[in-house]
Amino acid sequence: MSKDKKTDKVSLIDQIWNFFSSVKLAVIVFALISVTSIIGTIIEQQADPQKNIMILKKFFGESAAPYIYNILDSLGFTDMYHSWWFVALLFIFAANLVICSVERLPRILKTVKEPPSALASELFNSMPIREEAVFDDNVVKVKEQTLSALKKNGFKTTVFEGEGNTQIFAEKGRYSRLGVYITHLSLLAILVGAVVGIYFGFNGYLNLLEGEQSSVAYSRNENEIPLGFEIRCDDFDVSFYEKSDTPKSFLSILTIIENGKEVLTKTIGVNEPLRYKGITFYQSSYGFSPSMSSLFKFKITLKNGKTEDVAIRFGEAFIIPDTSIKGTVSDFSPALAIDKRGRLFTYTDSMNNPAVFVEFTEHGKAVYNQWILKRYPETWSIPAGTVEFKDLWGAQYTGLQVRKDPGVWLVYLGCLLMSIGLYIAFFMSHSRIWINLTHNKGKTTLSLAATTNKYKTALQRKIDKIIRRN
Amino acid sequence: MDSSLFYGISTIAYIIAMVAYIAYLAFKKTSIGTAATALTTSGFVCHTVAFLLRWKEFDDIMQMGLLRAIPLTNLYESLVFFVWCIILVYLIIEFKYKNKSFGAFVTPIAGMALAFIDISGVSKDIHPLIPALQSNWLLAHVTLSFIAYATFAISFATALMYLILTTDNKKSGSYIFWTITAGLFGVILIAMALDFLVLKIILGGKESLIKNYLFKTTFRNPSGLVAALSYVISMILIFGVWRYGHLLKRLIESFSISENILDELTYKNIAIGFPVFTLGGLIFGAIWADQAWGRYWSWDPKETWSLITWFVYAFYIHARFLRGWRGKKIAIVAVIGFFSTIFTYLGVNLLLSGLHAYGGM
Repeated sequence: MSKDKKTDKVSLIDQIWNFFSSVKLAVIVFALISVTSIIGTIIEQQADPQKNIMILKKFFGESAAPYIYNILDSLGFTDMYHSWWFVALLFIFAANLVICSVERLPRILKTVKEPPSALASELFNSMPIREEAVFDDNVVKVKEQTLSALKKNGFKTTVFEGEGNTQIFAEKGRYSRLGVYITHLSLLAILVGAVVGIYFGFNGYLNLLEGEQSSVAYSRNENEIPLGFEIRCDDFDVSFYEKSDTPKSFLSILTIIENGKEVLTKTIGVNEPLRYKGITFYQSSYGFSPSMSSLFKFKITLKNGKTEDVAIRFGEAFIIPDTSIKGTVSDFSPALAIDKRGRLFTYTDSMNNPAVFVEFTEHGKAVYNQWILKRYPETWSIPAGTVEFKDLWGAQYTGLQVRKDPGVWLVYLGCLLMSIGLYIAFFMSHSRIWINLTHNKGKTTLSLAATTNKYKTALQRKIDKIIRRN
Repeated sequence: MDSSLFYGISTIAYIIAMVAYIAYLAFKKTSIGTAATALTTSGFVCHTVAFLLRWKEFDDIMQMGLLRAIPLTNLYESLVFFVWCIILVYLIIEFKYKNKSFGAFVTPIAGMALAFIDISGVSKDIHPLIPALQSNWLLAHVTLSFIAYATFAISFATALMYLILTTDNKKSGSYIFWTITAGLFGVILIAMALDFLVLKIILGGKESLIKNYLFKTTFRNPSGLVAALSYVISMILIFGVWRYGHLLKRLIESFSISENILDELTYKNIAIGFPVFTLGGLIFGAIWADQAWGRYWSWDPKETWSLITWFVYAFYIHARFLRGWRGKKIAIVAVIGFFSTIFTYLGVNLLLSGLHAYGGM
């Protein structure tokens, strides 16, 4: 009884092993991942249901779309790449990869470890490449010449001396057979890295108004994630290409504060994140949210070259140095434009073309007033010099993506391994050459057989060159 | 000097080269063959000059350093570069294999593609780079991806020619497969040509053809009858290709390209394209995404489709080495691989939305 049970158990493990090691499974998993991924690219992921129902209407018509949406939603297709079954498919793919590789590894290792061996003359004709040549020199001389030509071409050589017969064995690229395994291993490293990242890291966001600071970031479901230090946004600025609304750069100046001390200040932009203690802050969005405490910053330059920076709130006044002229901000537009009839209007609610209307008074009497535009220096002039509108500070927030990913180095290692593995697998080959040299009436007959796992014609050409050298 | 002048010259050079290649195949005169190669090469040189001029124009506007100003940031520029890569790969093949027969196929495709890009109304303006694209990775990621696309395109052509050459039985799966593929290709080209005729010549419209008018004359015609008729005619055309496929076979036979060379070329192009695509498209793309978006992989449609394409070519390689697939079976996989490639390149940008929206119009 117990014996039977044991064999049953073994065969079950065998069955599982066979299941995972089958190429059929690989094909099925490849196909399933591909087909479901295609659905995932058509249905917008983590999107507003209405958006997807609109898409479905195109395929299935008005009435059926909401039902089909509900079915797809309950099957996880609206957040497919995080659904349990898609993750399971990726794991089956990984298991299949490992087991297929393990199954084939012993045979390849045997080839790699195999000591150089002579080839029986009768097997020469079974090799894919065959060459014959006759030389006037004696065997020893031909042997030396052939050996040096082979070595020059990067081959490792061994000589077997037999009765009236000398055989040279030459080999190159033995370890290139491992390229495939390096590539498979790299895929595994990437998958493991991804899992480490998902379980031991986080992906959150943080919106910081200019001047604000925070010790937490937020997850997608609004949960607080403690950072272990504080981060402050000192300034945020969008710059535009001249006379257009195409953004040139998004820049945030961020300061890290740890135990009440400022430890680091860095300007970040798209493509230039800030990393601190394993947490990375990426510039990902921005927004406009002005309040009465936002500060209008000006730089006043007098005719004599004297400059002064001032910052005031809405409705407050600043004084032009060395005069008794006061400037008061009485209107503001984040994006001022002028229409065909010469009327002013605000064309968007982000700071694409910030402008302030400043009224200048002297001893309580209005002297002049004008719109001052941040992006247009020609609007800065006043009789006493220039008033540059530098910024409305504390009105824009920077949208940061906050990520901790302790698995990312594994992913990078996997990428490196994959590059090396693919290079070896595709551009290197394992070639073996056997050459018999026999003495025959004062001449030497050279008989050659060779095999390679890739690029036969290239080896053929190389062999031609080696033989002609003689 | 303007880059579009040189694009024009190279378009004409490719089309004359096509005539020369066909004449060479007909008369088998070495001098005509040399002339064809010389024409293609000079077209390629002009194409390169045009590309470099546009690079310079772009750099003058951007002022961000030469490496970051590679003109590969919208559909127009990428299509032009795609054609450049195809000609480059073709010239290498012609040089290595000393076989010119293939030129009669590649040069008309290149010439027609350049001409089409010119008239299709794809925006040719130079747009300044948005912050996400201001990275040195742009150069490596995009150029390598397109070199891979070009090798896949050539492997598609050789695989399709292989299928045409080796199938006789009209009821066999591979015959039906290639006739439908070739038929669809023809139908799409004809439909686009009709769109062009109606929109640009009859109506004199100035708007973008692909963005606003694609298939409006035929499949998307406001009149349901015309649309239905278009489908019926398409079916008839595809059926026609199926019925008279042997004529195409006879034509390719007259070019005297051996099946083995076609099979080898298909494999070699994929064997180069696959590692280049993995490195440039997927790995460099992931590193760049990690820097710019804070995620090395976000299942964006472009990424997902790249992965699907990668799977198909990985399958091609495993089927060939592990299962020893050769001939028709493997050629069909290569053709499917290119369908996926073309969707990754164009379909994603024209039909789906996502992070890689730069490639649109």
